[in-house]
Amino acid sequence: MAVERTIVAQRTFDQVEGVAPEGPSGLTRALRKLLHRPPAIFGLVCVAIVVIWAATPGLFAPLDPLDQSLERYLKPPGYEDAQGRTYWLGTDRQGRDILSRIIWGSRISLIVGIATVLVSGLVGVTLGLLAGFFGGKLDAVISRIVDTALAIPFILLAMALIAILGASLQNIVLAIALRTWIVYARVVRGEVLALKEHDFVMGARAMGCGTLRILVIYLLPNVLSSAIVVATLYLGRMIIIEASLSFLGVGVPPPTPTWGGMLSDGRAFLDTAWWIAFFPGVVLMLTVLGVNLLGDWLRDVLDPRMKRLAE
Amino acid sequence: MRAYITRSLLQSLIVVNGVLLIVFLMLHLTGDPAGVLMPVDATQEDLARFRKDMGFDRPLHVQYGHFLFGHGEKNRGVLRGDFGFSYRHEVPAMGLVVEHIPATVYLALISLIIALAIAIPAGILSAVFRNTWIDHLSSVASMFGQSLPNFWMGLMLIVVFSVYLRWLPTSGYEGPQHVILPALTAGLYATARIMRMMRSTLLEVMGLDFVRTARAKGLGEASVIVRHALKNASIPVVTLVGLELGLLLSGTVVTEVVFAWPGVGFLTVDAIINQDYPVVQAAVTLLAIMFIGVNLTVDVLYAWLDPRISYR
Repeated sequence: MAVERTIVAQRTFDQVEGVAPEGPSGLTRALRKLLHRPPAIFGLVCVAIVVIWAATPGLFAPLDPLDQSLERYLKPPGYEDAQGRTYWLGTDRQGRDILSRIIWGSRISLIVGIATVLVSGLVGVTLGLLAGFFGGKLDAVISRIVDTALAIPFILLAMALIAILGASLQNIVLAIALRTWIVYARVVRGEVLALKEHDFVMGARAMGCGTLRILVIYLLPNVLSSAIVVATLYLGRMIIIEASLSFLGVGVPPPTPTWGGMLSDGRAFLDTAWWIAFFPGVVLMLTVLGVNLLGDWLRDVLDPRMKRLAE
Repeated sequence: MRAYITRSLLQSLIVVNGVLLIVFLMLHLTGDPAGVLMPVDATQEDLARFRKDMGFDRPLHVQYGHFLFGHGEKNRGVLRGDFGFSYRHEVPAMGLVVEHIPATVYLALISLIIALAIAIPAGILSAVFRNTWIDHLSSVASMFGQSLPNFWMGLMLIVVFSVYLRWLPTSGYEGPQHVILPALTAGLYATARIMRMMRSTLLEVMGLDFVRTARAKGLGEASVIVRHALKNASIPVVTLVGLELGLLLSGTVVTEVVFAWPGVGFLTVDAIINQDYPVVQAAVTLLAIMFIGVNLTVDVLYAWLDPRISYR
């Protein structure tokens, strides 16, 4: 009975707010929409390449990303060494192959990006649900925490935390998530404020549902699509933040290749060896662009009301 | 109105206290602030003496009290602007940070001016010529702008304009030619966001009744846009500009590092890498207070500009 009631309630809500219905017809329509959107296809291709690189870098990297040799330092793109190996994108100051390092570097970018989105999404959605549903004092407390997190110069705090706690993958993710949960909390809070006035919440209450049950079974599924849209739109930003931290010297420590770390290496050679800083940046930009284009598409499919959120 | 301002002020004070608490707790995260602050090769005796000197052996809330209100002759407390001495430069940390603020404010303001000079005309043009190539071009540009890591753009600007064309210097802070590349870099995201905002609010306003009335009474299109639509579309844009200024004040960190710009960000990154934490604490606090101040001003101005806002 309760289950049936949820479905009915959700369907009514969907109709009211014009959210795309779930199920195969929605999926087919979404995919058809994708095929009619060249930017989204381009985004999908970019993201797919990086994901495949990150999953199996060994298959794609032509050379060992850590193999250094001072005989071939700062060689330009297309350089061929005595053994007949080609360095398509040139070498860095330790003679390592840039292309192979870019391919291996995709790992850190994706892992940190996705992990931050998950952690900040979990915290943000939870706090947003609580603040929106209970209102009053709890809402005021959470709102002040949000204001505080917004006011703090984020990159500096994240750097300081990583410097104090140590530059591990886990600490980097936590330091970034410390700020980024805010977006989820704000969006979810707003949605819950509107949702809790709907009949289906009152109906659930009347049927004797506990608060936890209402939050998890009735409200959570309804805010999830917005949270997913925020997650995709922010994944690109997380990847840029990770690269910034690596660039500033508090990323995953060397010799692990990271895109931001490569850009930082290249900074010293802008006048003699531009390719060191150029290529990792191009790949970083295309990755973020791909994620953003996919995010735009996902937003239009899942939640047309959120047009303004991205701005 | 007065109640609204009073409440905003009170909330800001709570936030400032939150910032101070975080800045204080930062050093205690590992459980041993002495280990964080002292060099790695410090002996056990050194550490123990340091802990006692700094009062790290006291309960946390007592330490927070000393941090805020001062304790003894040497420490006057952060509420009176005393964050202690910079270990590296051996001058008061607060003074050091304050010295670097003008450079950051200057960079943030020029970035904002350049961003506005690009974004406002581009946003207006793409709204007026909606769905033409102008609109498409500017939406592609803003998509790229939001996906471009700005510090990488800074590096590439150096390659093109400093190394290759030799038009502009790579770093420094002397004349107007030094600020152009850093300001373009720092203002990148603000430019993209203001442009999108300008376009969407103008489009929204142009669909409203009073614009149709203006057209119906025979006004020319230019006059409709400039005298009627733009005026009404400006309020949300002004708010966004205020927010962007707040973000820029602490958002120029990476740009400052790329161009060796002697602002607070550059100073603080250097301090973090050299474990000079009094400077880090002072900088984080001051930047946060500047952000809060700008936002408070924007809030009050917004309420004053737009009579439709209720002071809930």
